[in-house]
Amino acid sequence: MKTNIQEIKDLSIGFKSQKGKQISILRNITTNIRKGETVGIVGESGSGKSTLALAMMGYIKHGLFTTRGECLFKSQNLLSLNNKELEEIRGRKIAMIPQNAGQALTPNLKIGYQIEEALRLHTDYSKTEREKKISELLNQVRLPSPKIMALRYPHELSGGQQQRVAVAMALAGNPELLLLDEPTTGLDVTTQAHVLELLKDIAKDTGTSMVYVSHDLGAIAQVCDRVIVMYAGEIVLEGPVRKILKEPIHPYTYGLLKSIPKLSLAGLPDSMPGSQPQPGNIGSGCSFYDRCNFSNDKCKVNVPKLEYISEMDTSVRCFNHSELISITSEQKSKNHLQKEITIDEILDLKDVSISYAKQGIIDQFLNKVTDTNPTVKDINININKGETIALVGESGSGKSTILKSIAGLLKTKDGYIKFDKEKLLSGDLKKRNSEDLRSIQLIFQNPDESLNPNHTVEQILSQPLKLYFGLTGSKLKSSIAELLEKVRLGAFYMSRYPRQLSGGEKQRIAVARAFAARPDIILCDEVTSALDVSVQAAVLDLLQKLKEELGTTYVFVSHDLAVVKAISDRVAVLYQGRLCEIGPSKNVYQFPSHPYTEVLIGAVLEPDPDIKPKLVAEDIVEEKPPEIGCSFQGRCPRIIGDKCRNETPPWQIGDNGNAIRCHIGIEELKIQQSQC
Amino acid sequence: MENSKNIFNENPKSSLAKVLDIITTMASKPSGFIGLAILIFHVILAISSPWFAPYDYKAINPSLMLNAPSSEFWFGTDSLGRDVFTRTILGGRTALTITFFGSIIALLWGGLLGIFCGLVGGRIDDIVMRIVDAFLSIPWILAMLLIVSLLGTTTEVLIPALGFFYGKGIVRVARAATHDVIAKDFIVSAKARGHSNLSIIWNEILPNVRDAILVEGAMRWSWMLLGFSSLSFLGFGVSPPTPDWGLMISNARGLMSFAWWAVIAPIVGLSSLIIGINLTADAFAKALGIDRSTKAPV
Ligand SMILES: Nc1ncnc2c1ncn2[C@@H]1O[C@H](COP(=O)(O)OP(=O)(O)OP(=O)(O)O)[C@@H](O)[C@H]1O
Ligand code: SF4
Ligand code: SF4
Ligand SMILES: [Mg+2]
Repeated sequence: MKTNIQEIKDLSIGFKSQKGKQISILRNITTNIRKGETVGIVGESGSGKSTLALAMMGYIKHGLFTTRGECLFKSQNLLSLNNKELEEIRGRKIAMIPQNAGQALTPNLKIGYQIEEALRLHTDYSKTEREKKISELLNQVRLPSPKIMALRYPHELSGGQQQRVAVAMALAGNPELLLLDEPTTGLDVTTQAHVLELLKDIAKDTGTSMVYVSHDLGAIAQVCDRVIVMYAGEIVLEGPVRKILKEPIHPYTYGLLKSIPKLSLAGLPDSMPGSQPQPGNIGSGCSFYDRCNFSNDKCKVNVPKLEYISEMDTSVRCFNHSELISITSEQKSKNHLQKEITIDEILDLKDVSISYAKQGIIDQFLNKVTDTNPTVKDINININKGETIALVGESGSGKSTILKSIAGLLKTKDGYIKFDKEKLLSGDLKKRNSEDLRSIQLIFQNPDESLNPNHTVEQILSQPLKLYFGLTGSKLKSSIAELLEKVRLGAFYMSRYPRQLSGGEKQRIAVARAFAARPDIILCDEVTSALDVSVQAAVLDLLQKLKEELGTTYVFVSHDLAVVKAISDRVAVLYQGRLCEIGPSKNVYQFPSHPYTEVLIGAVLEPDPDIKPKLVAEDIVEEKPPEIGCSFQGRCPRIIGDKCRNETPPWQIGDNGNAIRCHIGIEELKIQQSQC
Repeated sequence: MENSKNIFNENPKSSLAKVLDIITTMASKPSGFIGLAILIFHVILAISSPWFAPYDYKAINPSLMLNAPSSEFWFGTDSLGRDVFTRTILGGRTALTITFFGSIIALLWGGLLGIFCGLVGGRIDDIVMRIVDAFLSIPWILAMLLIVSLLGTTTEVLIPALGFFYGKGIVRVARAATHDVIAKDFIVSAKARGHSNLSIIWNEILPNVRDAILVEGAMRWSWMLLGFSSLSFLGFGVSPPTPDWGLMISNARGLMSFAWWAVIAPIVGLSSLIIGINLTADAFAKALGIDRSTKAPV
C-alpha cells in the first residue's frame, strides 16, 4: 500500500448563522490521499466539494471555521499553521488550479513573465535556472514553440492554451499535491478532452498526487483512480473509479448516473426528484432521505454511517446498499415519444448571413452591411411545427448569434427569416409587431443573469402577461399561479426573489416566463448548462412535457452532444458560423458523418472509465472562418488538399437522410470512418 | 414537487420594513451610528432652532461688540454685537434646505440621463458624455459665480444651479451602473419581448441601479454643502443678515486672532454636518452592499 500524502480526520467546517446557531457545511469528513494517486471529488453545487479542496491546502474561507478534526499534510496539521508556515507549503508542496484559472491570468503581462513570477515565489532557482525552467514547463504542458509562447499575452492564446499556462504555473513549484477545482468546466468539448489527457500524463510522469474537484462525471471517469462522492456536506460513497461509476451502491450516485444523458441511449434520462437540502436544514435521518427511491422508515430517523465493504474496496453511507448491488447495472431510459413530425413549416431561415463587422458611416446611412467574411454565413434551415431542432458546435460557432437574429436582436446581413410560411420577420426588433414578438420567446443559459434580481417571481412572470394580454388584478394572479403549476412549482413561490430559489427552480421560472407569452417557438440557449446534472434531467423533462402538452417548437442550442441527442428531433452542426451537417438526430450520431461531427462525437466524455475519447483533431481555436473553401479546413483530420482550401464543399444527402457538406463522397466517408 | 418544504424562510418585506432594516444595519457600526446621530441632530436643530433661539439673530448692539463667551452669551458675540450661539444654531437652516433640494434635482437629472446614456449607448451616449466631460472640466465655482451674478442669489436660482453642477458626477455613476446591468440577459429578454425603453428603464434597470445612485447622491450632498458654504463665504450665497455658517466664517475670519469664538462655532457646525453626511452615506453604501467586497485569495 502506498503512503498517504494527506490524511483528513473527522473534519467538520461550519459557520454561525445570524441567530447564533452553528451550521455545518462539511460534516465528519475522513479520507486519505495517497502518493501518486488522482482522487476525484464529485457532488452538486453546494455539496461542499470546493470547501473540502480548499481545506486540503489549509485555507478556510472568510466567515467559516473548523469545528472539529484536522487536515494532515505529511503529519502536519495544515489548519493549525500560521500564515507564514502555510506560505512555505502553498504553491511549493501543495498547488492549486482554481476554477477559470486560464481566464484569470493577468491580461497585460506576458505568459513567460507570469510563469517566472510563480517560479520566483515558489522556488529558490536563480535567474538563469528560472529561464530554463520556463521553457521546460511550457513544454511539459505541450504548448508549441515555448520560446515564442513565453512572449505572448494571455489574450493571444486560446481558452485551452490559457488553461495549459495555468497548469504550468501550478507546476512551477514542483508540488507533491495538486488541487484542481473544475479545471475543464467552461472549455469546449474537444479542448476539455485534450486538457484532461495532459493532466493524466503529468500525473503519470511526475508522480504528483492530484485532487480533482468536478461536477462532471465524464471528466472524472477519464482522469481519476478513486472517487469521493459528496452529498450535503458528507461523503456518501468512496471507492475505485470503476466501482463507483459501474456499480454505484449508493442511491444518490445511482440516480445521478442515470440522470446523465448518454450518446448510446436514445430519449431523455431519468430525472431525480427534489434538490439537495441546504446546510442547516438537514433532517434527523439520512440526508438523502427526501429524494431516495430505496428508503424505508429506518432512514428517516437514523443517520447511516460510512461503512467499508472490503470485497468492493468501497465505503458507502447507506443502510440499504445491498439492494443496489443486486440491481443489474443495465440502464434503460424513458423513450420520449418520437412522434412523426408532419411537414408544416413554421420557421424558414434562407441564406442567412450575420455580421458583427463595424459599419462605416456611409454604409450605415445606406443601411448596408459590407463584410465579405461574415460571422455566420449561408444558413438554410427550415423548422416544422412541433419539432425540436438543435444547433450544436463549439464556442464561437455562431449558435447564439443565429438565435439572436431569429429573436430580432441582431440584423441579418443577407437572406431572410420567414415565420408561419408567409410572414417575413424584420431584422429590426422595433419593426416587429406585437404578435410576432409574442410568438417567439427566448430562454437563456444562466437564470442568474436572465431573471431580474430585484423582482419577485410574481413581478417576473407578470411582465409578459401584462405586455401581451393586458392582464391585471385577480386575472393576472391566477394566470401566474397557473404558470407556476405548469412548471411544477407551488403558488407560494410568487413572493420569492430569485436569490431565494435554487438553480433548478430559477430555470423553471425562466421557462414559465417564456411560456407565459403562449409562444409558437421557444429559443433555448444552453438552458441546462449552468445546472447540476440531476437538475438538468428534470428541466429537460419539463421542457419535453410542456412541448407535448402545448405543441411548441424548440430551437435548442447546446454544446453538449448527449443532451442534444436526448431532446432533439433534428440536429444542425455548425463550425465557425457555417453549417456542416443537418439531419434527424439519430442519424447525425451515426456514421457517415461530417468530419467535424466525427471530431465532436469522439471528444464526448462518457461517465465510464473504459470509454476513452478519441482525440483526432488539434484543439486549436481559429479566430476567423477562412475566406474561401471549407470552413473546417484548418482542423480537418481528413482534409484532401487544395480542393478543400479553395472550393466550397457541396451538400450531399446520405442514405439515412442527413445532409453533409464535404468534398469527400458519402460512400468514401463511410468506409474511412468505419475503419477506426 | 421540488422543494416544497422550503429552506428559505425569508418573508417578503414591506418597503417600510426594508427602510427600517437598512437604518438598523447602518446604526449597528460605530461610524454609521455617529454619522446618523450627527445628521439627525443637525436636522432636528435646523427645524426647531427658531423656537428656542435665545436672542434675535439680527439684533445689532454696538455696546456688546465681540464679547467673549459668557453665561449670558454662550458662544460670545460678533463684531456687530449679535449673539453667536443664536446665529450658529440658525446658520445651518438655509444651507441644509438649499442643498437638500439641490441634491434631489441633481439625482433626478443626473440619474435619468446616466441611465438613458447607458441604455441607448452608441453615438448618442458618446456625444452626451463628451458634453458632460466638457462641463466637468469648467471650474464649477467660476461658472456658479457667473450664474449668480447674472441671475441673483435667490433660492430659485441657487437650487437648480447647484443641482445642475453636482448632477454631472451622478450621470457618470448612473451610466456605469447601467452598463453593468445592461448586458445581463434579463434586459435582453425584456428587449426581445418588445417592451418600450421607458418600461425597461423603469422596471428592469432602475431597481438595479437605484442603490448606487442614491449613495452617490448622498455623497454629492455633502460636497454641495461645502460648495454652497464657499459661495456664501465669497459673498454669493445667502445675503446678510440671514445667519449662515459660510457667511459667518467670512465675516469673522479677519478678527480670528482676538475673537476666535465668532469663527469657531460656525466652523464646528459646518464641518460636523459634512462629516455626519459623509459617514451616513458611507454606512448607507455598506448597508446596501455596495462596498468593494473583500475577495478570497484563491
Ligand atoms: N457583439 C459582438 N461583436 C463582435 N463579435 C461578436 C459579438 N458577439 C459574438 N461575436 C463573435 O461571433 C462569433 C459567434 O458567436 P456566438 O456567441 O454566436 O457563438 P456561440 O456558438 O453561441 O458560442 P458559445 O458556445 O460560446 O455561446 C464568435 O467568434 C464571437 O467572438
Ligand atoms: S440510508 Fe436510506 S434514505 Fe439514505 S440513501 Fe440509503 S436507502 Fe436512501
Ligand atoms: S471539405 Fe475537406 S476540409 Fe472540409 S470537412 Fe470535408 S474533407 Fe475536411
Ligand atoms: Mg452562446
